Amino acid sequence: MRFSGFKVIKEALMGHKGWGPQWRDPEPKKHYDIIIIGGGGHGLATAYYLAKEFGQKNIAVIEKGWIGGGNVGRNTTIIRSNYMLDGNGPFYEFSLKLWEGLEQDFNYNAMVSQRGILNLAHTDGQRDAYIRRGNAMILNGADAEYLTADQLRKKLPFLNFDNARFPIKGGLAQRRGGTVRHDAVAWGYARGADQRGVDIIQNCEVTGFRIKNGKCLGVETSRGFIGATKIGTAVAGSSGRLMAKADMRLPIESHVLQAFVSEGLKPVLPGVITFGAGHFYVSQSDKGGLVFGGDIDGYNTYAQRGNLPVVEDVCEGGMAIMPMIGRARLLRMWGGVMDMSMDGSPFIDKTHIDGLYFNGGWCYGGFKATPASGFCFAHLLAKDEPHEVATEFRLDRFMRGHMIDEKGMGAQPNLH
Amino acid sequence: MIINHPILGPRDAAEFTYLGDVSLLDRPDWQSANAPQEFHDYMYLRNNPAGQHRELWYHELGDRSWLVVTRNTLTHEISKVELASDVARARGNSK
Repeated sequence: MRFSGFKVIKEALMGHKGWGPQWRDPEPKKHYDIIIIGGGGHGLATAYYLAKEFGQKNIAVIEKGWIGGGNVGRNTTIIRSNYMLDGNGPFYEFSLKLWEGLEQDFNYNAMVSQRGILNLAHTDGQRDAYIRRGNAMILNGADAEYLTADQLRKKLPFLNFDNARFPIKGGLAQRRGGTVRHDAVAWGYARGADQRGVDIIQNCEVTGFRIKNGKCLGVETSRGFIGATKIGTAVAGSSGRLMAKADMRLPIESHVLQAFVSEGLKPVLPGVITFGAGHFYVSQSDKGGLVFGGDIDGYNTYAQRGNLPVVEDVCEGGMAIMPMIGRARLLRMWGGVMDMSMDGSPFIDKTHIDGLYFNGGWCYGGFKATPASGFCFAHLLAKDEPHEVATEFRLDRFMRGHMIDEKGMGAQPNLH
Repeated sequence: MIINHPILGPRDAAEFTYLGDVSLLDRPDWQSANAPQEFHDYMYLRNNPAGQHRELWYHELGDRSWLVVTRNTLTHEISKVELASDVARARGNSK
């Protein structure tokens, strides 16, 4: 079934009885050419692109719970490509380009809204750093624009420009950044993959890998053994836990990031705004809620909830740049578990085990990467070589000394 | 979270900064034949378990002691707090 204006009108007249399920609920086969572990955004996108762009058939996505129930349903929905380093910039710009064409590509309304993202600068040094970053972005094919305080005053009069401690000196804007309806991304990819014959197997937990003579032959699951020629894992947040079953130690710690939504308000924020002196970012959802967040809690955890000191810190950040936020009531808050890597950058790579491929380490930036992560992981799985924009996301980059450390924090995951 | 400091008693976790897995106490021998690999593993690889985790916390806004906290990463429940210096000595480290 293809979605179209005609179909919407037809269903409206027919009492919406003809939509039907958007993907099948198949029993697992005994063997697949490629199994993707993890039915989140990245896993479903990988399966979709494997089937659509790389001509692969006989693919399964295995998911412990229900698809889209992990971090693709728990993030703050921001897309952007404002990265500086060569290993990252072209990859995230590729991702943003895929976002721009995504809805036409998979025929699903993901509500991609390029409402812009603005990183505020509060010191002269930060202004210079942002202009440098903007230049790097432009060299990598992204868009960037430095806005002065006067330009921002006209556009965003509610910001606290004359804060004695953190005055707003300007900001780096990326107008093509924005937000996306996150759940619809998982659903759109799932539907697109299913239409191309991918088996999406939910409620099927991987309990182990069957590895013989250094080759991975398949996965043990709660629904029995499933064989596969190639297995890709895309379970960011739980990578440490899953790969331990293959006796792998990763350059990753699992941390929790909290997010918050206020009550619904009339439109007040035109785009995404981030605080440059602390860690705070905010946007407004189409339902009207202010969606915001800040730092990770900073200790190893797999619990999908955080602690109060970070809640206080996030609210202080909000009050520092946007005092009007103090009048909004908090509606919901939650936590998501993320793979924090040793340099703040992800991995899309083969492992030392033949037939086992790894995708993870997305830190708190995995959502925006979803299309490119899926595309590049599919490229790696199908062709056994990395996509040209993902050549640096290797597991051995620390041994080689080629880390991609955007923040320059070193091997301390809770500081990235 | 409340960390029950062995000397100071129960303290708010916000007074502490977090370093990571207790394996960071076991610095490899720099003269070992395999030192580059050992230092890579020591610095960059982690066990990252779901469940009991022994980890290093620093009482930055307190007495500046290093602690080894045993905490469940699924529930945040803290079951044991020791001085890191005691743990290090028990492992045969010099301090």
